Amino acid sequence: MSNLVSALNHAKSAGFASVEETGLQGMITVRGDLASKAMAAAVKAATGAAVPATRKIEKGDTGAVAWMSPDELLVITSYEGVDSAIEAMKASLQGEHSMVVNVSDARAVFKVSGSAEDVMAKLAPVDFSTEAFQPGEFRRSRLAQVAAAMWKNDDGSFELVCFRSTAQYVFDLLSVSAANGGEVRHLS
Amino acid sequence: MLILECPYCGVKGEETEFHAGGEAHLKRFGPGSEDADFETYLFMRENPKGVHLERWRHANGCGKWFHAARCTMTLEVFGSYSAQTFEPPKEIKDKISAKRPGWSWRNFS
Ligand SMILES: [Zn+2]
Repeated sequence: MSNLVSALNHAKSAGFASVEETGLQGMITVRGDLASKAMAAAVKAATGAAVPATRKIEKGDTGAVAWMSPDELLVITSYEGVDSAIEAMKASLQGEHSMVVNVSDARAVFKVSGSAEDVMAKLAPVDFSTEAFQPGEFRRSRLAQVAAAMWKNDDGSFELVCFRSTAQYVFDLLSVSAANGGEVRHLS
Repeated sequence: MLILECPYCGVKGEETEFHAGGEAHLKRFGPGSEDADFETYLFMRENPKGVHLERWRHANGCGKWFHAARCTMTLEVFGSYSAQTFEPPKEIKDKISAKRPGWSWRNFS
């Protein structure tokens, strides 16, 4: 049996904020009619959460669901729970025009804790002020040169997803942005 | 710097989150069409100083294509609208007219 590892295998760095690659994470791309009853049932079955509103992330007992586009969701589960979540969703979406694909190993996930807004705001053309970007908000944008999707947790930390092939680049970006002496303190 | 609003996800983002997709509302002439039509479809483009209608893609975002109406001289964006249309909706035309009375672009005004 292979020893499964994530892109950067829990790489960490710390400056005025800490950056961590959070390891193996179950991620499923779901496409279809987000307003349908079947989609609501599928998402509920996989995560316990409701279908999120535009640009939101919903958290449930066994995972989270993020709004990616008008016809796409990202379902986040435990790495081990992916197969059963996919089975449950496919059963709910039977006969619907839809797609459910395991993308866990095609992505990397990072967490930024501490003065996370300061780290993020240097990298993405997004308003991260506390009024504008609240917990539950989900935003796809770019981090410097590459695509990423990000959200804010209730504790003020940020999590973000990027393509696995850009993991090292994103880790380096976040680490440099969080380096001591680089605090901006405009947002926090 | 252009500030565009994606009509699909509602993000108001700056230009680097989007990718320009050229002129809007082109009619495609493919295999079997007249040479003159095919040439026009391939090569003939508007190059206005002022009101312009374009296609854009929310590349670093929801990924959807949409249309935008803007001024090539001032970079003012009059509005963005759905990709599923052959012409700018009345609401967009009215917004352009409010800022640039008497405007015209190809067959639209
Ligand atoms: Zn968008």
